[in-house]
Amino acid sequence: MTWDWSAVSDFLPHFWDGLLVTLQILVLGSLVSFGVGLVWALLMRVPSRWVTWPVGAVTEFVRNTPLLVQLFFLFYVLPEWDITFSALTTGVVAIGLHYSTYTMQVYRAGIEGVPVGQWEAATALNLPVRRTWTAVILPQAIRRVTPALGNYVISMLKDTPLLMAITVLEMLGEARLFSQQNFQFTEPLTVIGVAFIVISYLASLALRALERRLAH
Amino acid sequence: MPTDTLPNPEKSPARSSGELIRLEQVTKRFGDNTVLDHLDFSVDAGKHVTLIGPSGSGKTTILRLLMTLLKPDEGTITVDGQKLFPATEKERREVRKQIGMVFQQFNLFPNMSVLRNITEAPVTVLGMPKDEAVERARGLLDMVGLADKCDARPAQLSGGQQQRVAIARALAMRPKVLLLDEVTSALDPELVAGVLDLLRDIARSTDITMLCVTHEMNFARDISDQVLMFDSGRVIEAGAPEKIFSEPEHDRTREFLSAVL
Repeated sequence: MTWDWSAVSDFLPHFWDGLLVTLQILVLGSLVSFGVGLVWALLMRVPSRWVTWPVGAVTEFVRNTPLLVQLFFLFYVLPEWDITFSALTTGVVAIGLHYSTYTMQVYRAGIEGVPVGQWEAATALNLPVRRTWTAVILPQAIRRVTPALGNYVISMLKDTPLLMAITVLEMLGEARLFSQQNFQFTEPLTVIGVAFIVISYLASLALRALERRLAH
Repeated sequence: MPTDTLPNPEKSPARSSGELIRLEQVTKRFGDNTVLDHLDFSVDAGKHVTLIGPSGSGKTTILRLLMTLLKPDEGTITVDGQKLFPATEKERREVRKQIGMVFQQFNLFPNMSVLRNITEAPVTVLGMPKDEAVERARGLLDMVGLADKCDARPAQLSGGQQQRVAIARALAMRPKVLLLDEVTSALDPELVAGVLDLLRDIARSTDITMLCVTHEMNFARDISDQVLMFDSGRVIEAGAPEKIFSEPEHDRTREFLSAVL
């Protein structure tokens, strides 16, 4: 096996395209998972089984089936009902929804971790329920769980290559395409491997800095 | 002390005619444990009433019922002629506007500055303009001796300072009734006096009705118009502090006082 630097430089333009797509998936997927996960967590606190039972069932189902199956389902089955999105949109929705079933549990722990005295003080001051959530409970809960949410972002990064299966050309997709066309596998795969490490490392540094800031 | 920052509800006929809080046949159970057993009692407007008694005798439960943090299993609770129980949540919100509470653990909002802890409810609940709320909050902080801590976070304050902010926060809502739930129990001994002195000042200089659960008997003697001795969910003795503390009639009261004094 020989290492060919010219293969690296040939691959680089494709690599940048793939990197951009991977980062898009990561950022948008994270935002979906943060938003939808919070909605799940709040719905699970509605004091009615008519809400909590279906939400619980759906989220259990999504959490306990493979992301790859969900990707295929959304990409190949939904169009049969005339619901079509681009591959990238489908991928972002699928990965965001999948991870929302994890972030909901993180939010739940954060909400339950807010001392009961905070609820009591809010009642004593007669704060409306909505205001109690937005001004008192959620700011404290989210602050508590930011590190845990960040860990899921890093996890999600490592799941982004699954989107290759629905034709999204993220880093792995670009590397595979390049390899098949040029019969050079080592260089592109190594480049994207290094890129994954660098992104997760930078993300974990950013996360640690954020944790330090929140600690004060 | 700037008295204009203190709650000074207008005297209405209902107030001067007496009764502000009334509990009738109130029963509260936790599982098999009956904490309050068909309790009747009332508090007149402007009075300072201290509840004493062994732990588990139901004193704190009464404050928590009045703050609607708990619901009674039976009985009715009325504040200023309005039903608190039984009532709809909407009616309860109205009644609750007249009641403030200070907690053992302060319960300040750690995500807000000291100033915003105090302005949050006046602005969002009473609809007070922000400028006015801030001005009043500064006045209250001045009164509790923490004018320089406006921008601090609760975590940067000592327990005694946090409790004084909590008192200012409760007063900012201009309640007619202030519930004090063992407000010095969580404080380091050297910080207790400052908080009690503040409460003495408030008791002296306002006509706010106070219901106080405390183990500080000297404080109870100083501020109370009436002391209620609780045991097993019932009031076993009630009277002026001079009488309860010097010539208690009931054996249980004597035992309790000899244990805590």
